Amino acid sequence: MKTHPLRHYGVIALLACLLFAPFVAMAVDDPSEMLPDPAQEQRAEAIGSQLRCLVCQNESIEDSSADLARDLRHVVREHVAKGESNRQIMDWMVNRYGNFIRLKPPLTIGTLLLWVMPLLALCIGMGVAWWTFRRPRTVTPTPLTDAERRRLSDLTETR
Amino acid sequence: MNDQPSSPTRRRLLMAAPLVVAGGIGVGFWRMLSGMTRGSFDPHDIHAPALNRPVPDFALPDQAPGQGFSAQDLRALKSPVLVNYFASWCIPCVAEMPVLNALKERLPIWGIAYKDKPEHALGFVQRAGNPYARIAADRDGLAAIDWGVSGVPETFLIGPGGVIRWHTASPITETMITNTIMPLADSLKS
Repeated sequence: MKTHPLRHYGVIALLACLLFAPFVAMAVDDPSEMLPDPAQEQRAEAIGSQLRCLVCQNESIEDSSADLARDLRHVVREHVAKGESNRQIMDWMVNRYGNFIRLKPPLTIGTLLLWVMPLLALCIGMGVAWWTFRRPRTVTPTPLTDAERRRLSDLTETR
Repeated sequence: MNDQPSSPTRRRLLMAAPLVVAGGIGVGFWRMLSGMTRGSFDPHDIHAPALNRPVPDFALPDQAPGQGFSAQDLRALKSPVLVNYFASWCIPCVAEMPVLNALKERLPIWGIAYKDKPEHALGFVQRAGNPYARIAADRDGLAAIDWGVSGVPETFLIGPGGVIRWHTASPITETMITNTIMPLADSLKS
């Protein structure tokens, strides 16, 4: 029996879908967590990927399987469904867990100081170097005293 | 004017300067790191923004064998109370129970069972010798998020008026009690 070549493509496409499906749904452990509206779900994922899982500390709550991360994902989706802005949700989280929960820290005096520190160190270093190696002011030396002159002629003559 | 750049005293001073700076930095680091043993410095600590704010709103059911409590109960306080998040499935919580039991005579401790089955939490508290004057149950762990809790055990010292005065995300130790909790609690009483 001859099979239509297009049927092979169909099978391949189906296999490809099955193979790559886990990567698409990797963000959440359980599809029931996801919001029914894909646009809202996408927003929730974008917010969640900016929030640190406080248990694993180096993963976002979208990537982490920790219990707390699941709870926070749930909270983010609740707020998104309520129609809150990204800013409002982020502020809600920072209000509870501090800036530490943000994977991308905001520009504050502390972070600014952290970023400009190499430049600052370079400037300080250059300042110190300039101060140390600047040309000495030409000072007219005081004329030799008679005793010094005598000693100098002694020294030069013994050569 | 004797502005001679190569004068020996000045050269010596310049050579000493880096040593003094390095020494200063060394002393600073030593002071910071020695705080780890005193309990004043914890590099893993998550700095709770809840500090010096009133406790968040929450209403939780009772957890046997104690009477539960709500945010209103904490805000009506006239003297300090320690609020301790715990769970029967949490090993460090087991470890801190003897310390809490020794503390309960000096400072009332109110517990919140985090994501725990009521019967499991009851068994845990009874086995531990119940350090808690009152216990509430946070079964879905959502009140904990409002407190800024990232895991158990986590402990808050609540001052009069329900204001959070101190917080730790590590198990309570004897040194923490003598160096931090009791001095702070005593200062809040007066």
